[in-house]
Amino acid sequence: MSLSRDDVAKVAALARLALSEDELEQMTRELSKIVGFVSLLEELDTSDVEPLAHPLGTTNVFREDEPAPSLPVELAIATAPKQDGECFLVPAVLGD
Amino acid sequence: MSESTDNTAPYTTVIGLEVHVQLLTKTKLFCSCENRFGAPPNTLTCPVCLGLPGSLPVMNREAFRLAVRAASALDCTIAEFTKWDRKNYFYPDLPKGYQISQFDLPFSEHGQLEAIDPKGGFAPRTVRILRVHLEEDAGKSMHDEAAGTADSRIDLNRTGTPLLEIVSQPDLRSAAEARCWLGELRLLLVYLGVSDCNMQEGSLRVDANVNLHIPRADGSLAKTPIVEIKNMNSFRSVERALTYEVARQYEEWQATGKELGSAPKQTRGWDDAAGITRGQRHKEESSDYRYFPEPDLVPVRLTADEIATIREGMPETPRALRQRLADTWNISAYDADVLVGQGRELVAYFEALAKLVDDGKVASNWMQQDVLRTLNDRGITIDAFPVPAEGLADVIGRVKKGDFDTSRGRDIFAEMINSGRSADEVVAEMGIAAVGEDELMTLCRELVAENPKIVADVQSGKQQAAGGLIGQAKKKNPNVNPGKVRELCLKIIGELPAP
Ligand SMILES: [Zn+2]
Repeated sequence: MSLSRDDVAKVAALARLALSEDELEQMTRELSKIVGFVSLLEELDTSDVEPLAHPLGTTNVFREDEPAPSLPVELAIATAPKQDGECFLVPAVLGD
Repeated sequence: MSESTDNTAPYTTVIGLEVHVQLLTKTKLFCSCENRFGAPPNTLTCPVCLGLPGSLPVMNREAFRLAVRAASALDCTIAEFTKWDRKNYFYPDLPKGYQISQFDLPFSEHGQLEAIDPKGGFAPRTVRILRVHLEEDAGKSMHDEAAGTADSRIDLNRTGTPLLEIVSQPDLRSAAEARCWLGELRLLLVYLGVSDCNMQEGSLRVDANVNLHIPRADGSLAKTPIVEIKNMNSFRSVERALTYEVARQYEEWQATGKELGSAPKQTRGWDDAAGITRGQRHKEESSDYRYFPEPDLVPVRLTADEIATIREGMPETPRALRQRLADTWNISAYDADVLVGQGRELVAYFEALAKLVDDGKVASNWMQQDVLRTLNDRGITIDAFPVPAEGLADVIGRVKKGDFDTSRGRDIFAEMINSGRSADEVVAEMGIAAVGEDELMTLCRELVAENPKIVADVQSGKQQAAGGLIGQAKKKNPNVNPGKVRELCLKIIGELPAP
């Protein structure tokens, strides 16, 4: 199985990655190799194998519903590219 | 404006709802930040809910418990194995770039909830529930269009708070049914203590999918394209938006003949002020969320025993409670609905009162008239009501005994509410001493002696003429019971020698 250039362009767009023509070419080649490697699995009969939901065998990890202090607001927004001392500032989110 | 199931419309309305409710936990779903509305922006965040690298989510036990409780009450099958998935999309209020949600193995599926109109506007409607799943909420973006600033402000306090998504099958057949069903869902979740379901604060949000099935002359069915309506901020706006959208779709179908499949699913926003839905910008590739299993959370396994234990511990649902009140206290389905709609605490007050006065109907009348009116006027709930059930029972008992009539009793009760004093104290203070039997007899004899015209009228068969005596009796003594005066006067007149 191989990926088309359009597949890669679509995935790049969904991931908000701006790839140049060369990069698109390279990614298509390399991603196809990875998918090809994984598709080796198709040679195995997995009809008796349960789908793996998580690589660790453990289940039911919970914490109790007890509050702990949050970050002070200055610290929470400290690394934002743009902020007003209270909120993160981003390019206008309009309409819907 | 309310549209009941319209059997005369030349089409069938098909509505499915998607409801999000915030769970009443102390902390967020995956971190120990408080789950609280109204805090100053970005004061309830931490590395986990900010999506900072290296942080790891851990599931809130209480959130999962509440979720299972809600799904059980909705008659859902609880999965013995459930897991979480990443739903990938970019939006400024979603700092991780993905939402932790549930995709192929939600913790519950296949439930149902019935919508019943206590006024009988439509036949009871059972709505199947496709699935209920647990996910994290996003933050809030605020844009002050009036200020004309270029930036939107992002508050991440809500980010990562637990959210229950409840998806119904398209089983509703009118806007009125949709509103009623939502009311029942909200009441159920509030009774369960799962959510406060406050639409103004966004702890209950509703999106509606609607289209029409229109029979053609040849017997086949035309189906209009499905429209998803968003931005409805109250149950009333849900009903209005659906009513509007149904009419709009029928007109559009008549004009264009456009059917399901010929156009992609459209999203329209409800504009409450304008009273219309408007088409929204189509989000590019919005449906391609590239779900995959969440590697940072392990799955949850429940044994059949654990599921059975949860089911056994379920409190009485509003529906069961209505039935029980109607049966136990012999009140109408409508009255039971009004009482249950006010919440479990008010029902407890009612039941205590009904027991004390040994009369459900009388207790229900007093609850609905005097108690509910006070609660509404003062904007308080029953736990802040100043008179306990014993106090009201005392007043009702005296009315029943004939110490004073109902309207006098209501005055006394109103004064007890205002002053916080007991019935005894108010009665003494208002000078409303119960009128003794002898005193009343003397008063009635006086009345009969003073009103030969009325006596003659009564003797000639006009019993209603005795009404004229009651006004006079009240002037003589405002505390007399009119019913008793009437009864006694008629008796005295009846014993007079015939004219
Ligand atoms: Zn947090």
